Amino acid sequence: MLENGDCDDGDDDRCSLNTCGIAQPNYRPAAASLVGLPPPFSDQVLENVLENVLCFLTCHRDRNAASLVCKSWFRAEAQTRLELFIGNCYAVSPARAIGRFRCIQSLVLKGKPRFADFNLVPLGWGARFSPWIAAMAPSYPSLQRICLKRMTVADADLVILATSFPSFRDLTLICCDGFTTAGLAAVAENCRHLRSLDLIENDVEDEDDDGVDWMSCFPPGKTCLESLVFDCVGCAVNLEALESLVARSPSLWRLRVNDYISVGRLFRLMARAPQLTHLGTGSFSSFDGEGDFGDSLESAFMASKSLVCISGFRDLAPEYLPSIYPVCANLISLNLSYALITTDQLKPVITRCHNLQTFWVLDSVLDEGLQMVAATCKNLRELRVFPLDATEDSEGSVSDVGLVAISEGCKKLQSILYFCQTMTNAAVIAMSNNCQDLVVFRLCIMGRHRPDHLTGEPMDEGFGAIVKNCKKLTRLAVSGLLTDKAFAYIGKYGKLVRTLSVAFAGNSDLGLRYVLEGCPKLQKLEIRDSPFGDTGLLSGIHHYYNMRFLWMSSCKVSLKGCKEVARRLPHMVVEVIRDRLEDDNSVAMEKLYMYRSLVGPRNDAPPFVKLL
Amino acid sequence: MIIDTENLRATELRLGLPGADEEAPAPAAPAPDRPARGCKRLMTETGSEESGSKIEISEDDRAPEARVASKAQVVGWPPIRANRKNVFQGRKAEAEAAGGGGGIYVKVSMDGAPYLRKIDLKLYKSYEQLREALEDMFKCFTSGDFSSVTVGGGGSNYAVAYEDKDGDWMLVGDVPWRMFMSSCKRLRIMRGSEAKGLSPNS
Repeated sequence: MLENGDCDDGDDDRCSLNTCGIAQPNYRPAAASLVGLPPPFSDQVLENVLENVLCFLTCHRDRNAASLVCKSWFRAEAQTRLELFIGNCYAVSPARAIGRFRCIQSLVLKGKPRFADFNLVPLGWGARFSPWIAAMAPSYPSLQRICLKRMTVADADLVILATSFPSFRDLTLICCDGFTTAGLAAVAENCRHLRSLDLIENDVEDEDDDGVDWMSCFPPGKTCLESLVFDCVGCAVNLEALESLVARSPSLWRLRVNDYISVGRLFRLMARAPQLTHLGTGSFSSFDGEGDFGDSLESAFMASKSLVCISGFRDLAPEYLPSIYPVCANLISLNLSYALITTDQLKPVITRCHNLQTFWVLDSVLDEGLQMVAATCKNLRELRVFPLDATEDSEGSVSDVGLVAISEGCKKLQSILYFCQTMTNAAVIAMSNNCQDLVVFRLCIMGRHRPDHLTGEPMDEGFGAIVKNCKKLTRLAVSGLLTDKAFAYIGKYGKLVRTLSVAFAGNSDLGLRYVLEGCPKLQKLEIRDSPFGDTGLLSGIHHYYNMRFLWMSSCKVSLKGCKEVARRLPHMVVEVIRDRLEDDNSVAMEKLYMYRSLVGPRNDAPPFVKLL
Repeated sequence: MIIDTENLRATELRLGLPGADEEAPAPAAPAPDRPARGCKRLMTETGSEESGSKIEISEDDRAPEARVASKAQVVGWPPIRANRKNVFQGRKAEAEAAGGGGGIYVKVSMDGAPYLRKIDLKLYKSYEQLREALEDMFKCFTSGDFSSVTVGGGGSNYAVAYEDKDGDWMLVGDVPWRMFMSSCKRLRIMRGSEAKGLSPNS
């Protein structure tokens, strides 16, 4: 599943769960008369064969393709699909999904558009899980796994979930909101076969800071818990209960705790779970009055021979960092993005991490720190560099120097997210040449409209080189000063691009047209603050039914243009999200969010959402 | 009540009469009295109808740097999730060793809304801006408007109250903005009808 609390929308396949079930035999009563008819059961034989073959298709895209072959295949596939993936909860209704797929064991459901993470979608917009769980509870008795992303999940929903599915095993909530520790308590208490409870980057805010003691709600005795991730839960947990739980969960391989756990508690947890492979530390420091645990912590790490992935490191006290040295050589994944460390503090850690494939870090390590990464981590596949100071005017900490270093040292790089203040085309071009395996390239130049700081030119050539040279690229996020030329490049070369994020870029409608006309695989397009208007919008009419969604905010699109799209594409749901209720007739629109749907406009839209 | 000298220094207000003078608040006085005198106006008093809160504090305070930056803060840019941004606000201030760098995050709850939000008070320079932001944040739950939110009680659909450092609930708008910012611990949006005559122990 997702490592390191990955919130990437990019690769849906990684969300996909591998299940392979046995197809149900399709017996029917014998036909009364056989004269002149084809041999009995021949069609059933075909379906039986088909079902037994289809069970080897697990990827939802493959299954979708199979279901289009003919009615017989459609039926067989529908009856045997075990894992349901719904990329946009409003593209289909619960009733319709349940009507087609009768024996689902695992559900992946996604709700709000990604820009909701950055406060661009007002509260209460939608994506409530309630109607889904209400419909599924009676219909999917064998449901085992649910994975939700950007949905609003109420405590009541979790109660229903916990009490409706006797075989329920895995709950994953990513970037969701609406629930509290009371809902967690219901899950802990009632899901007797719970294997994983993974809470990743959710807003779990209880009214009062204490919340419910959900940790004590797990049933006594040995559990089959394998993964427990709760670093986003903003309340204290019962530490004794947690320790007891860990001690009686022999299958536990992943544990990520929140920052109410200090090192004083952490080493005890580690001692009770030496088999852990994935560890998320809480506060990597001692709380006031607790004393020093350096030795205990170091012993704990030395004993954790199986650790391959470490994250957390909140409130890092640098003197504790050396305790992880013993495990660095085995690490595949290291997330230091919440640790404010300097280049010097990073050095002894990173120089030991020869096998690292995933690395998340803060730009406080500077270009020098990235040079060290490049020098040691030859197997690096994914790098994310986050800004300590996430504002436009801050002093840049990492720059083109760091990017070039990484490109030269980490040739196997597949995915990069890089925040900086300025960049050069030369550096980006260098990366495009050195890292041919790039699938995800997300560069965020925080200063809006910033040109190449050496040449003063737009960043067109850099991004152009990326789409041209990185032939496997499927996800791209652009930034800096960009003209329509950059989009021409994307349209010309970005033939595999599925996800594109644009902000403060482009000159005219041409830019949008290039992309919509040139990128046949485009699925998800999110644009903000760019001068694209109705002409650009309408140039994508031929393609919108192939896309999951289009988001445009603070662009030059007008209500008229949106209405035109709605008129010409009856199966598109076109939402206009207004910031102020009184702006009914204003010309320039705030936010446009549109997506294909089998069930027409939703009936739960709040007053500030207008459905055209 | 103990006079909070730090608050006094932080605000350095010269509104109304200087601090040395004793002055009881007149019912319709436009200039708010400083509660540091020791007479806090709690929730029960909805006397002052005129909003003294609209007074802009124009003199420079202690944070001259990025707050007065030429670029306005753009919503959602850079694209970093709020929980990540929050983690380092305080840290940055320490690292800079120059005061005033961090944000002031307070929880905002609204009666009837199923969940809370957190906002950074430092993003706003006046009650008006705060009102707009709150309205925006919670508009899906309201059919009414917040237009008179800075005035306690009478006539408005909603009132905004805040919990101060001493744990008392006060109506927002009574004190000068800077003082409010430094003493506000959390906010609560309540129905106007409840704001009247509410006991201090809400």
